[in-house]
Amino acid sequence: MNSLKPMRFIGAIPFTVIVGLIFTTGLAAGAFAQEAPDVGPKPPVVIKPMESHIGNITGHAAAAKSDYRRYCAGCHGEYGDSNGENAVWLDPKPRDFTIATFKCRSTLTGTLPTDEDLFNTIARGLTNSNMPVWNTFTKQQRADLVAYIKIFSPRWEHEKAGTPIKIPAEPPVTMDSIAHGKALFTKLECWKCHGTHGEGDGPSASTLTDSKDNPIRPYNFAAGKDDSRFKCGNTNQDIYKIFMTGVDGTPMPSFADVIQPNDAWDLVHFLRTLQVNRHGKENEILSAAHGVIPPYVDKTPAPAAAPADSKSPGGGQ
Amino acid sequence: MRTKQILLALLTLFVCSSLMFAGTVSGKVTYTGTPAHQKPIDMSKEPSCAKQHATPITTETVVTGPNNALDNVVVYVSSGAPDDGQVPSQAVTFTQKGCQYLPHVLVMHTDQELKIVNDDQTSHNIHPMPKVNQEWNKSQPPGTAPISAKYDKPEFISVKCNVHPWMHGEFAVLKTNHYDVSKDGGSFKLPNLPPGKYTITAWHEPDATQTADVTITGNETKEVNFTFKLTPY
Repeated sequence: MNSLKPMRFIGAIPFTVIVGLIFTTGLAAGAFAQEAPDVGPKPPVVIKPMESHIGNITGHAAAAKSDYRRYCAGCHGEYGDSNGENAVWLDPKPRDFTIATFKCRSTLTGTLPTDEDLFNTIARGLTNSNMPVWNTFTKQQRADLVAYIKIFSPRWEHEKAGTPIKIPAEPPVTMDSIAHGKALFTKLECWKCHGTHGEGDGPSASTLTDSKDNPIRPYNFAAGKDDSRFKCGNTNQDIYKIFMTGVDGTPMPSFADVIQPNDAWDLVHFLRTLQVNRHGKENEILSAAHGVIPPYVDKTPAPAAAPADSKSPGGGQ
Repeated sequence: MRTKQILLALLTLFVCSSLMFAGTVSGKVTYTGTPAHQKPIDMSKEPSCAKQHATPITTETVVTGPNNALDNVVVYVSSGAPDDGQVPSQAVTFTQKGCQYLPHVLVMHTDQELKIVNDDQTSHNIHPMPKVNQEWNKSQPPGTAPISAKYDKPEFISVKCNVHPWMHGEFAVLKTNHYDVSKDGGSFKLPNLPPGKYTITAWHEPDATQTADVTITGNETKEVNFTFKLTPY
């Protein structure tokens, strides 16, 4: 008789445990059911039928789905909102495609870039950031990715890309053009951020923030070796575009309204001399002059008759 | 013929009555709590601006007056206004003078021309940072022509100059012409409101809003007051 009691007791435990478990899991399930709307997964990305056109290549958003998830979403996020799982570790932050503001454009500030601008950015990567060179993709893959990032902002459905700025043929590099470029660099106060020697140490440099309030540094022209690149390319045409169209989303403004096209080339020539380790025509001319840039003297004859354009920034300083 | 005359008479009556019975909403904006301390601005890095101010100006994120008055609050009709779509032909002007934005808060209608003027002897860059409208950023050296711009969607937009980090202003892009900015002791006035039901919204930077419903029945002035709770940080 006595030996049965423990048996009964043991037998009783599973019963209470089971009842208790059913009760508590029931409660837990109820709690989950209530919280579900807050913690549930976000709806899947809707891949709109966006396209891109680069030369004779047409990119389709749907075709880039797996490439985007595999190579881009880690930083830019599945939803294109720059909240990928790696984003917290990155500086500068990945581009947020939901606001459709892009740094490297051939188009005016505030406008959408051309498909080709985005296509080139993917291939080139962004120097001084974590965006690598993606020249491992085929041109078709890149074109598809350009179409894919358009699904994240409605701007691509309502607006056309801006018109690329017109860039006149580059005049020859001369000491005159370098000197005039330097005068413009001073007059337009580029040095306030970039520093008088282009080392990114101007008086305003330490206070700069991007449009998401993250600290950002001005470009240091003097850093790097012979092959040092600008954020949006390394040809003289690329530099021309950078300061004329501005780097949207950053403190770098557009100068398209205030620099005449030919004067802009003079500024490009001067900026090249700030890249002190670079071998190029500009630094050759500067070395031949023992590194001295003479003060700029305006030699353009005064217009014979009114109206003179007194606002042209071509005046000598 | 007769129906036409009657209709015309009714129309005239309606137009006249809406003109004759134009109500006004006016009141004061005040605060409770502790407003953020406004710091003097050190402009020594920009002497051409520093010398324009006999005593250093301060930041303007909160501008208060006697009796807890709160200035620079945008008060506007957010629903019920009859003229949502009328864009004024005259431009509004935003001036950079003494490395300061005048006015600190500038209200404009959607699609209204905005003129930005540089009255200083230094280069500014005008960098409004919208989230709904499109962001742009332009350099404006001294002596250059005014920049012309407009915004097509209603939004409150923070404006800064990256070269002079203390410069800070606000654009209020609204879909109404019935607005005022509280001043001279927090006062505001919204005149010429035809009879109807309105929602009045008051906005204070960076993102505080309050609303009040008001009904205008005729030629009257309704008082509406707003109180914002301020914190020092």
